[in-house]
Amino acid sequence: MVNRKFIPLIVTCCLFFLLFGIGSIQFESFGTSRVFFNLLTDNAFLIIAAVGMTFVILSGGIDLSVGAVIALTGVISSVLISQYNWHPLAVFPFVLLLGTGFGAAMGALIYFYKLQPFIVTLAGMFLARGLASVISEESIPITHEFYDAVSMFGFELPGGAWIGTSTIICLLVLIAAIVVAHYTRFGGRVYALGGDNNSAALMGVPLASTTISIYATSSFLATLSGIVYSFYTFSGYSLAAVGVELDAIAAVVIGGTLLTGGYGYVIGTLVGVLIMGVVQTYISFDGTLSSWWTKIVIGILLFCFIAMQRVLSRGR
Amino acid sequence: MSNATAVLQLRGIHKKFPGVHALKGVDFTLRPGEIHALLGENGAGKSTLIKVMTGVYTRDGGDILLDGQPIFPASTGDAQALGISTVYQEVNLLPNLTVAHNIYLGREPKRWGLIDWKTINQRSRELLKNYDLDIDVTQPLSSYSIAVQQLIAIARGVDMSAKVLILDEPTASLDADEVQSLFRIMRSLKERGIGIVFVTHFLDQVYAVCDRITILRNAELVGEFEAATLTRPELVGHMLGKELAALEDRLHQTTSESAAAPALTLTQVGRPGTLEPVDLQVAQGEVVGLAGLLGSGRTELCRLIFGVDKKQSGTMVFQGKTIHLSSTKEAIDLGMGLCPEDRKHDGILGPLSIRENIILAQQIKQGWWRFIPRKQQNAIAEKYVKDINIATSDIEKPIEQLSGGNQQKVILARWLASNPSLLLLDEPTRGIDIGAHAEIIKLIRQLCEQGLSLIVASSELEELVAFSDKVVVLRDRRKVAELTGSDIQPDTIMRAIASA
Repeated sequence: MVNRKFIPLIVTCCLFFLLFGIGSIQFESFGTSRVFFNLLTDNAFLIIAAVGMTFVILSGGIDLSVGAVIALTGVISSVLISQYNWHPLAVFPFVLLLGTGFGAAMGALIYFYKLQPFIVTLAGMFLARGLASVISEESIPITHEFYDAVSMFGFELPGGAWIGTSTIICLLVLIAAIVVAHYTRFGGRVYALGGDNNSAALMGVPLASTTISIYATSSFLATLSGIVYSFYTFSGYSLAAVGVELDAIAAVVIGGTLLTGGYGYVIGTLVGVLIMGVVQTYISFDGTLSSWWTKIVIGILLFCFIAMQRVLSRGR
Repeated sequence: MSNATAVLQLRGIHKKFPGVHALKGVDFTLRPGEIHALLGENGAGKSTLIKVMTGVYTRDGGDILLDGQPIFPASTGDAQALGISTVYQEVNLLPNLTVAHNIYLGREPKRWGLIDWKTINQRSRELLKNYDLDIDVTQPLSSYSIAVQQLIAIARGVDMSAKVLILDEPTASLDADEVQSLFRIMRSLKERGIGIVFVTHFLDQVYAVCDRITILRNAELVGEFEAATLTRPELVGHMLGKELAALEDRLHQTTSESAAAPALTLTQVGRPGTLEPVDLQVAQGEVVGLAGLLGSGRTELCRLIFGVDKKQSGTMVFQGKTIHLSSTKEAIDLGMGLCPEDRKHDGILGPLSIRENIILAQQIKQGWWRFIPRKQQNAIAEKYVKDINIATSDIEKPIEQLSGGNQQKVILARWLASNPSLLLLDEPTRGIDIGAHAEIIKLIRQLCEQGLSLIVASSELEELVAFSDKVVVLRDRRKVAELTGSDIQPDTIMRAIASA
């Protein structure tokens, strides 16, 4: 008998293989390692952001500022690189630090003033998006040899699949996140918070530092995601990545994490993003369907997964 | 008593809240290797004292000495690190984490900087064997019963090198067997030299396991006594500050007037998986007691009658009319009320005031469009606060700040204010200590004299005997017996519960 707690994860994985299988049967070049790794490459920034979101949702919270933080990161980086001639390797630690501080501040507000994460991160979203627009309403191109080098970097796998910088960063983040979630005390505390705030406090879980760290982690990863995003676009734009936080939430939920917190796995979020990616790839292979069908299918999937969570948690 | 023999000593502890002086210079001394009962009525200061010991509250005056050293726990984590562990009535572990993780949360053994799950699971299994638990420690905690969860909580507390273990009403949700195994474990911990503070409202249990007793009343220390030399009436007297004649003769004297018209008749009412079909008749002004162990179907029957769960079979006739409830609102409209078993989750609306909690049922009955004027609300709330003796300074106080017994009274008041003709009370005295207990029993008797019909589920046999005109015994989700008149005795009920 399979352990009950793995059921949502197993369902998610099966769904991915099913979708990938359908695509492979229908289209000749669909079932290749190249298509698979392209899923990773195309969605690396989303995976990174969604991993951060996983921690937040596991703890029973939500972070709506992710998309705006990605845009703000892009804008600040491009301004510093193109207008102030900073080297990207100096810019990245700087923006990562800024982002982490931003998340920590949101976490502190949530904990010390007992505010709803929804409203605090919504405010954070407006703040970051507004700040990005104030800095520049125009898209700012990044031209720097480091960016060219980054886009050239990578290696080819047998079968023509290309592993680039974004994919490598994304995989490293995934591995680190899995280790943190399941093999460190911080990870245990995240789950504890999602299980029962009050009990967690009585069991000696430091709520303040844990809450702050969770939102700091999410914003750190959103900033990293913003950096990776700028590798695709070679620019910073204040209206970039609108709604990415919602895609991230969808990926986390489809990945089998309970929206009320406490149950779920980081690896599920990867599969959640891959499912969304495979639907998109399928639709572009088909060629006749509007790309908006992706949203419709993801909407239906979300409904199904939430219904499944309901049924499973009732049996608990 | 000298410091040398005390593991934990509290001297002159003061704690003030806005408007309340919750502890007035209380002393408490715990020796290693003893089980020490901490008793007192609702609001006597037991919970506050425990919260001071465990670092939930900081004291406003006095000293706490652990092994003779003054300590200042600022959080439960602090207290735990010092060796003071607490197990609460509502198990405060994490339902979503595995059993093993719950035991080791916050002190996970590591290997190369990472949590070593193999060791955690291994050690947890071995640890729980000492508590006669042979369970899969990799399952989420929520897959086990409350009793098992409580033992796990104790195992965790003791394993964190506890010198002092505080058990805050641990037996409230356990059945008799489970209580016995808890006692076995308490005694073996005592032999290992751990000092145990035991808070309970069951006097039998106090005498069954405790060595010494400390009694609080009205935020003050009444005294410290040897359990062996303190008689039960003395104990009750100390707790209440008066001789409790009322409790002594609370045994049954009325006989049911069987002529009364039936208020509620159930014919083969059941719900597959929840309750086997049950026949039941409740007359006007009659108190029907529901007896049975935990999980026997008492609560389920109450929920079916009140329409929380829909019945799947049988007919229900209420005041001459056949009814099919599909919501609790309909039940309230018909004149029923239910005080649920789990106050904290199903009954009270914590942050709302006493007034708002009392007014609630009546407001639902009237419909939200016909708002009850504030003046009338105040009048109703004040009437009940006075009538049933709810101890509060102000009807605007949030209900979550009241003690358990007073919360229960507020819920009673809520339903009384809606003028019901049938009231269902599920474990009305759970988690309530002896003074409030007697008052609630008195209240139940008064209510039925006024013509109200009552169905009361309770696990305390003497209590059932005290107020019931008829006792229905449930076992394994089936009705197994119906006792009336002189058959209503603790031992007959017990036999009915136990009979095969």
